[in-house]
Amino acid sequence: MLETKLLTERFNHYDGLNINHYIDLDGFNALKKALTMSPGDIVHEIELSKLTGRGGAGFPTYIKMKSMLETEGKKILVCNADEGEPGHFKDRYLLEKDPYLVLEGMLISAYAIGAKQGYIYIRGEYDNAIKQFSKVIAIAENKGYLGKRILNTDFEFTLELRRGAGAYVCGEEFALMESIEGKPGRTRVKPPYPTEKGVFNHPTLINNVETFCNLPSIIERGGEGYAQIGSEYATGTKLICLSGHVKEKGLYEVAYGTPIIDVINTLGGGTINDIPIQMVQIGGACGPIIPPELLSMSIDNEAFEIFDAKMGAGAIIVMDENDDMFELILRNMEFFLHESCGKCAPCREGHIQLVHLLKKFVNFTATDKDFQSLRSLAEVIHTTTLCGLGQTSPTSIISTLKYFERMYHKRIQQSNKEAKHDRVTD
Amino acid sequence: MNLHNILKKHEFKKDKLIEILIDVQHEKPYNNITEKEVESIAKALELPVSHVCGVMSFYTLLSLEKRGKYIIQVCKDVPCFINDEFNILKTLEQTLNIQCGETTDDHFFTLEESACLGHCDEAPVMRINDTMYTNLTKTKVFRILEQYKEGTLC
Ligand SMILES: Cc1cc2nc3c(=O)[nH]c(=O)nc-3n(C[C@H](O)[C@H](O)[C@H](O)COP(=O)(O)O)c2cc1C
Ligand code: SF4
Ligand code: FES
Repeated sequence: MLETKLLTERFNHYDGLNINHYIDLDGFNALKKALTMSPGDIVHEIELSKLTGRGGAGFPTYIKMKSMLETEGKKILVCNADEGEPGHFKDRYLLEKDPYLVLEGMLISAYAIGAKQGYIYIRGEYDNAIKQFSKVIAIAENKGYLGKRILNTDFEFTLELRRGAGAYVCGEEFALMESIEGKPGRTRVKPPYPTEKGVFNHPTLINNVETFCNLPSIIERGGEGYAQIGSEYATGTKLICLSGHVKEKGLYEVAYGTPIIDVINTLGGGTINDIPIQMVQIGGACGPIIPPELLSMSIDNEAFEIFDAKMGAGAIIVMDENDDMFELILRNMEFFLHESCGKCAPCREGHIQLVHLLKKFVNFTATDKDFQSLRSLAEVIHTTTLCGLGQTSPTSIISTLKYFERMYHKRIQQSNKEAKHDRVTD
Repeated sequence: MNLHNILKKHEFKKDKLIEILIDVQHEKPYNNITEKEVESIAKALELPVSHVCGVMSFYTLLSLEKRGKYIIQVCKDVPCFINDEFNILKTLEQTLNIQCGETTDDHFFTLEESACLGHCDEAPVMRINDTMYTNLTKTKVFRILEQYKEGTLC
């Protein structure tokens, strides 16, 4: 059994809407337990669990919660369901297949940090998830799981759903807050951090959908019990979004420490037609592209720190020997070119140049000079931009320069030949 | 729902501008919001017109330009690209006789490229208005287009 199901346990066991069925499947037991605990104790259990954020950055969840505990006044809780990093679909599955788990996680967090108001920000393209979650909110209000005196306690919480309108960068937490306020999603200069000054300047805690979904397990098992699952570097499970040239694409839940290759071969059934793997992109368009030799590496945030890139939010995109690396990197850069919010010049202008240079590699017209420009431009964007988009966007270039540099040179050589060939036929 | 009712539903709240714009556009036959509507919304929410325009232009799903009744968004990102064996975009361009980004003369279809639609495990995919179409093959794409034209899939 390669899969460990904490978050996906209830998938397909109820229709995702009937709150009584969720309750029959032990739903809201963790919330009930949490409401008998003190906020400080809940945060302490989360600290013991060593839970880290599942939205990509892998930041310890309890630290943000602790700073919220220490603030006074109105506080806001936000669930980040803007999932837009190419290769990811895990949050959509959670929202569609077990939305009450997302709600339960949010309620536990809201109670722990003392937030009475919350938002769930779902990307506009997730039509089904949006329709379903708005019903879930209405049902929960009716059943006394939202509003005043939740489960006959003094705890109160209201939740509003906000839709995105097609902007990947709104998943970045500062841009997300701007968008919740009804503005274009352009990042803010930091500090202050959301826990100091967030939505409408109130202290705000933002977590990813999957992060919230772990809280019920932590409360039920206790932080130490939860920390038994996983590896020495990371605890709990990770939802993996497997796509590309594999037989069984799909969502899988594995404990941290599981080798990447096992997910591809055992759960994914290996590559289509068993064509050898050429490379794998981890964590989506902003993640590193790694060679087959590194696939024995395990799914761990800390074990995985290469080029400042982490496991990301859990995408594994498999490319076989027939895929053209440059086409794929070009697609990545076109994505970032389109999604750049335009606030800083290296990101706004840099991606135009990167796309231009990569097209030359795709079209067999690249030169050594293009190679040098590509290398230095990727570094500049990586080091001089304001938000995570620009800081991570060149990762597929930087990582392939490290592991597949020969392919760049080979393409340049082929380009020279083709160019000569062209001149001959002219 | 008319404009006033949509504004009312959202309690004329400034911060719900994006929600309002999505709802207004959704009611429109050509998936766009006119400049006149932008002005009315700005006035009703007591916001500068430039702010509403700024939001309109920032978000990809919102449009000032008249588009088709049905917006076809073809996913162009890596997981879909890898699994796209017949070039969906080109197939659609040829079948509809328009380029990506254009609208058919009868304002029935608009063809767009989209960023990852979060269904990479069912790649390749496209979205038409609020509906996802997954695991596409050439025959499937033709059949879907036919059904829209016949009015059996709206
Ligand atoms: C460009 C960009 C896009 C992001 N998109 C998302 C997203 O779609 N969902 C998400 O949860 N986090 C996203 N993040 C990370 C958030 O900024 C933030 O770290 C996260 O929501 C915190 O939640 P966590 O600690 O539970 O992971 C994005 C970051 C960047 C830089
Ligand atoms: S790095 Fe790009 S997306 Fe981020 S703030 Fe700068 S321009 Fe905007
Ligand atoms: S890449 Fe097409 S749905 Fe994700």
